[in-house]
Formats: sequence, C-alpha cells, structure tokens
Amino acid sequence: MAGVDTPTLERRADHPANGVARPAALRRLVSKRRRRFPWLLGPMSLIVVLALLSPLALIVIQSVQAGWSQIWPALDRAFVVTLLWNTVRLAILVTVLSAVLGTGAAWLTERTALPGRRAWSVLLIVPLVVPDFVLSWAWSSIFPSVQGYFGATLVMTLHLYPLVYLPMTAAFRAADPGQEEAARSLGLSRWAVWLRISVRQARSVLLGGCLLVSLSLMAYYGAFENLHYQTFTTAIFGELQTQFNPAGAAALSLVLVILSLLVLGGETAFRERGRLQRSGPMAQRAQQPIPLRLRTRLAAVAGVALLAGLALGFPVAIVCYWMAAGVSSALPDAVGLGSAVGYTALYSLMAALAATVLALPVSLLAVRHQRRWSTALERSTFLTQAIPGVVIGLTLVFLASRYLGFLYQSPELLVASYAIMFFPLGLVAVTSSVVRASPRLEEAGRSLGRKPWAVRLTVTLPLLAPGLAAAFCFVFLSAATELTATLMLVPTGVQTLATQFWAYAEQGVSFGAAAPYAAAMILMSAVPAYLLGHWFDRSSARGSGSSVMEALS
Amino acid sequence: MSEITCKGITKSFGGFQVHRELDLEVPDGAVVTVLGESGSGKTTLLRMIAGFERPDSGTITIDGQVVDSADHFAPPERRRIGYVAQEGNLFPHLTIAKNIGFGLPRRERRTGRVEELLDLVGLAGLAKRYPHELSGGQQQRVALARALAPRPSVILLDEPFSSLDAGLRASLRFDVMRILREQRATTVFVTHDQQEALSVADLAGIINGGQIRQFATPETLYSRPANPDIARFLGEANIVPGTASADAVDTAFGQLPLVDGNTAPAGPAVVLIRPEQVRIQPHNGKPCQPGQATGRVLHREFYGHDCIVLVGTADEEHPLRVRCPGRSPVQVGDTVLMSAQGDVIAWQSPAGDQAPPAQVADAAVVSLREAS
Repeated sequence: MAGVDTPTLERRADHPANGVARPAALRRLVSKRRRRFPWLLGPMSLIVVLALLSPLALIVIQSVQAGWSQIWPALDRAFVVTLLWNTVRLAILVTVLSAVLGTGAAWLTERTALPGRRAWSVLLIVPLVVPDFVLSWAWSSIFPSVQGYFGATLVMTLHLYPLVYLPMTAAFRAADPGQEEAARSLGLSRWAVWLRISVRQARSVLLGGCLLVSLSLMAYYGAFENLHYQTFTTAIFGELQTQFNPAGAAALSLVLVILSLLVLGGETAFRERGRLQRSGPMAQRAQQPIPLRLRTRLAAVAGVALLAGLALGFPVAIVCYWMAAGVSSALPDAVGLGSAVGYTALYSLMAALAATVLALPVSLLAVRHQRRWSTALERSTFLTQAIPGVVIGLTLVFLASRYLGFLYQSPELLVASYAIMFFPLGLVAVTSSVVRASPRLEEAGRSLGRKPWAVRLTVTLPLLAPGLAAAFCFVFLSAATELTATLMLVPTGVQTLATQFWAYAEQGVSFGAAAPYAAAMILMSAVPAYLLGHWFDRSSARGSGSSVMEALS
Repeated sequence: MSEITCKGITKSFGGFQVHRELDLEVPDGAVVTVLGESGSGKTTLLRMIAGFERPDSGTITIDGQVVDSADHFAPPERRRIGYVAQEGNLFPHLTIAKNIGFGLPRRERRTGRVEELLDLVGLAGLAKRYPHELSGGQQQRVALARALAPRPSVILLDEPFSSLDAGLRASLRFDVMRILREQRATTVFVTHDQQEALSVADLAGIINGGQIRQFATPETLYSRPANPDIARFLGEANIVPGTASADAVDTAFGQLPLVDGNTAPAGPAVVLIRPEQVRIQPHNGKPCQPGQATGRVLHREFYGHDCIVLVGTADEEHPLRVRCPGRSPVQVGDTVLMSAQGDVIAWQSPAGDQAPPAQVADAAVVSLREAS
C-alpha cells in the first residue's frame, strides 16, 4: 500500500487525478460535502416565475386602484350574469363534445385497423393551426346563419377537439394491451373494456385535455366577435374600445380570471383523486390493431373524414375560394402582406426563443433538484394558463402606461406577452426532454474523462434538443396565430398577419383581401405543427431516443 | 496498476446512515467483490469511489493519490475510472462506435481502438447501431467496452449482470471476467448474488450495517466465516449447538475437530456444519455408532447434479440440510444415520445453548435455485 504522501506524479503527469498536484485548482472544487443548493437555477427560476405571475398581481393592483366604487357598477349588472351564462354553457357543451370527438377519433386512429390511420392521425391534428378567428370567419362568410350559441359551439368544437385528440392518442398508444386482455378474460365485453379500462386509465389525460379546451375557449376573442356571441373577452374589448372604461374592463377581467382559476383548481382536485399507478417500465408486447367489420369500417372512415373535412378541409377551401374570387374587392393595403409576414415571423421567433430559454432553468430545477419549493415553483407557472390573452394584454398596457412608459407599444412588450402566455406550453415540452437526460448519463460521461462543460455539450444538450425544439415550435405556432393580445399591444404602424386579417375581416365585406393573410398564417404555422406532430409521434412511441434526434436535427 | 483505499467512510442520506466508518483496501490488479443485501450501501460505495457522490467524512485514495478527503476532491473526469452501471447508461443519441469512443481523445478515435474494443466484447459489425437496437446483454457489453476504452486502471462494476436472464448472465460474466483479467485492471464488483461474488473474486468483502464485516478470499469466507450471519449469507449453513474445548467441539455428531486458529472459548458454542459435510446412509436397523445421529427424511429437493435432503432429528427441532449425490436412493420418510466430516468452525453461543433458527438457510436455497 503506497502511502498517501508518495504520489507517483511522473507516471500520471498528464492525468492529474491528484489532489496533491493542484491544490489551488482543486480547492475551488472542494465543496461542503453536502447536497448543494442550486445557486444558479434557483434564483433564475424564481425571477422567471415572478415575471410570469406579474399579470395576476397587476390585475389586482389595477382593481384596487380603480376602487370599489368604480368596480361595483361594472359588475352589478344583469349583463355580467348574461356573460357568465354564455361562457359557462358554451364551455360545458364544447368541452363535452370535444371530449367525445377527440377520444373517439383517437381510439379509431390509434387502436383499430382504420384504413389509412397514419394519414388520418395527421389530418386530425392539423386543424389546430387554423386560428379560431379564421375558422369562424370561413363559416360565417359562407353561412351567415352560423352564429350565436349554435355557431360558437360548432366552430369552437371543430377548433378545439385536437386538444383532447392529441393527448389521448398518446395515452392509447402507451396503454398496456396486457391489461385489456386481462379484463376480457375476466368476462368484460369489448365495449366494457373500452370504457372501464382504456378510457378509465386515460382519465387524467382526458381531464387535462378538457381543461385545455375550456381554458382556451374562455380566452378566445376573435371568433366570438365574428359570430356575434357575447363572452367576457368581447365584453372586455367593448368596455375598452367603445365605452373607454378601463376600470370596467379590469373588473370583468377579474371575474374571468377567477372563473378560469376555478376551472384549473377543479381539474387539479379531480386529477389528484383520480391519479393512476403507472405501470412499470418493463417491455410491453406491441398492440394489435382491433379489426373492424366492413360496415363499422365504412362508418368509421366516414366519421373521421367528416370531422377532418369540417375542421380543416372546409376552412382551407373557403380561404382558397375567397383568394380566387375576391381579389378585385381588395381595399388598399395598409401594410403589405410581406411586411405582415415579416413582423409576425419576427415577433413569434423572439417569443418562442424567450419562452424556451426561460423554461429551461425552471424545468431543470424542478426535475434535478426535486424539493417541495422547486416543485411548487414549477407548478405555479401553470397558473398563467388561467390568465386569458386579453387580460395579459390589458395588464401589460396598464403596466406600460402607468409605470414603464418607454415600453408602451414597443415590440418588446408584445413579445413578452406571448412569452408569458405560452410559457406553460414550452415548459411541458422542455420537461419531457429534461426527464430523459438523466444525470446518470452525465456521470458516465465525466467518468470517461470529459470535463463537465464538455459533457453538457455532447451529452445533455443533444438529449435536450428535441424538447427545446418542440417548445420552440409550440410557442412559435401559438404566437403566430394569436389575435387578442396582439390587437392590444401591437406597435403603432405595424400590422401582423392576425391584426391585418382582422382589420379586413371585421369589416365583413373584404373577404378577398383578408384571405391571403389567413392563408399565410396557416402556412406559417403548418411547418412547426408538422415538426411537432413528428416529434410527438416519435416521443410517444416506446424506446426510441435517437430517432427523435434525427427527426428534429 | 492501482490500489484503492477507503478509510473511515461515513455517509448518510437524509438522516439514514448508509456507511459507518467503513474501511476497504483493494490491492493492485485484484478482482474484489463487495457482497451485500439490497440497501446495504454497495452502490453508494462505488459511486463515492467513482466521484459521483461525496462521503460525509473519510478518505478515498487511488494509487496513492487522495481523491476525496475533507480538503481534497478530484472530480470523476480526473480519476481515470471505468464505471459500468446496472442499467448500462449508454448515451441514447450516439451510435455504438461513438459511445465507445466517447472517452477517447479525438485523435485516438480513428486509430482502430474502437474496433479493437468491439472485437474484444464480440460485437464487431454493430458499430453503426444505436443502443435501443441492441439486446440487454449486448448493451452491457458496449457499456464495458466504453468503460475500458480509455484504458482505465480501475474498473467499477455495479451489478452489471443483474438485469439479464440466468443463462446469459453466466456466459457474459465469464467473458467479462476474462477480459478484465487480460487487461489487468483493478476491479471492484458489487453484487447481491453470493454465487456471483464467490465465483469471480480474488477477494470478497461482506458489507452489512454500513461496514465491511469480513474481507477475505472466497474460500476463507465460505469455510471460515467470521460469524453465523455471514455463514448463512454465503451458501447454505447448518448452525448446531455444541460444547467447545481447546481444539474440538462436542456435537450431536460426536467430537469434531476445529479448523486451525479457531479460538472459540470453552463452553457452550454454535457450530457451522455445511450440508456437504454431512454424510447419510440408510438406517436398516443397524445400531447407532459413536459419532452418528439418527433422523428421518422430511423433504428432498432435487437439483440434478445433487440434492438437498432435510433431515429431522429426534432431539432437536431444527432439521438439518444435507447435500447428497443426485442419485442418492434416500426417500422422504426413510430413517437415516448421519455423520459429519472434516473440520468445523465454532463461535461462542450467543444466548446459552439454544441453536439459532434456520430460516436464513432457506433463503439461501432460494438464491441457489435462481442461479441454477
């Protein structure tokens, strides 16, 4: 046993595995032999979360400043009751319809031998890239009778069912066929197995989808304006633009946020109770598609085709129709199509970059330093889901006009509003990759002699890349088709695709002039949507780390 | 050319103490196994040697260099240690060739070293595959090749075969041990499988209660365990009561010689008799000779090459386990004569003259079955 005091330096000079050789450099590495506090990630995440939650604080400040005497008249009206009734009955019906359509379609394309199911599964997701105000415009420009409660239900269901469809396909794909077989051997019919095992196990996923549907629905503005259906968002815009009553708008926003928080809280409570034990990571047998008899098969294809046709085929056809038919009726362009495309791309790009970069520390902190406070920090960011775009727009306008005048109508403020609104989307995507990039792999890399930064670059970053790319696509796609906050925050003299489309479409006559902007929006969001679909497809398939990389790198 | 010394290692996780003043010395070039039940801190010990965890106190020295002490810490990348984990931990985004070349300096990656290692582990031709396209055994071979590529002087193996099925485990273990001996790397191998631990090691340590309880050659551990617990943990054991004198012990089988150097104090003792030390023959009404005991066969477990027979004795409630040739004609219900052969080891009886219960021996049978 060689003594500690006789290091054999000459033989391992190139390899200073020796504390004795470099005391100065090593002393820095010597930490307290305790688990270290995340000094970098912790404060960074805290700042991000505080920034995200600032709109919530601002709306309270705004209401308090306005004073009770200002708020009460705005709320103490039959009008608010009407708005509540309109919002709630629409949310319930659309959520139920989306759940039924989304679950049914997901089952058909994932688990049955539906002819052409790969193609259908793409076509059924794509309607997400048709903005709500384009879809409603397409319907009402051809069928003026599509309006009111009926029109809103139709358009919202066709627009929002993918939010249930997408997660449900993943849930069905990950389901263990062994459990379904066990249930059948215990005497349950195929239909009973479907309800009591397959859908039951995916219940928390279904609930999550329903939550997204109702929260998104409460946040939309353009479609309801188009369809002459009064909700909180249209009323808030009304207070601002025709009544010039910011206090009233703030009061209504407060009610809307409380309503959204109630939905979020209700879902969380329900999910906690219904949490399922996840099956182990052991290899599962591959699922066999369930065969369909001829008549069932025809009915299934017809149903899926009808859904995709109404949600995607119809609006795309109408946009093309108006582009072809209505060019002559074009009003003089306020800004050209090119400039609108440029600004939309620029703002969406900045927002996507910001949200992705900001999501990374929060996600790393929550996954790698699991403590009570870091989980709470991560979870609290999902509160922003309950803050509709109109409210974020309102609070940022308030912030800029009151405290930060230099930011008023600046691109930075618009990008910030996008980043805040779509942060939760980015966080979910980034976290899915952070979970995969195990610290064990980093350890393996370091043990092979590479420096920590080199390991982060060659191991961690490539493993995170798919999630980062997905987060970027998610936010880009959402920002490029955002209307509500954009209308409030867009810099003077600038038009994005959404606002310019809205300027034409709102007037109701210049369909032809509006159509190119709609087409540009759809095309611009189709690329990230396609990449996302690809990523989603690969990442929910079992045991393929590298193929996700190939798909996105 | 590297010895590893762990001195006074203490480590706890959130109030639970894993190691208590643990000492371990691994000689240069030796294959050392550390054997312990799950949760005994085997993996943590390896992770501290590799530099992934830090002990609360204590010193770790590799090749005379302090790598972890109160005021020195060498990070993992400076320790030149190959680490093979239970799950392999291959990089999922890199091909097999790139995984193996990961620890090599850039210029060495094209010198054929990667191909040489692929040959060594018998995976030539799979260089372009990705880890998820390989079977579990192949993945473990790649993990070993990756760890060996930078020519580390120390290899740490953390139950590398436990996720494989029995047949594959045996053949892969054979291959891996051959490779490691060829490389002459100092190897620490932790496992909870006592057969694995005994069969591959030059030296084996038993870890329990946060300390190494006994550290010796596998032969010594088996024939001269430090206490009855270790005896039961390593293979099957009959612990019978007896009375010790200077160099022998009186038992139901008469007076048996003690192994050299066994210094059980005179008086009540417990005696280890391995199942293969007991001979049985049919009773056939013959009178019981001195040094023989009678019993009745309660149960017989057949393993092919041999069988274990459970014999209930008249004066004792705990049945004896006896290893017989597989073709032994003894049947359940037979009355038999038993005698003991060879030296035995005895310890001072822990609580008077009562023999300890035999349930631990049953656990050993289970692990034997799994392995065969």
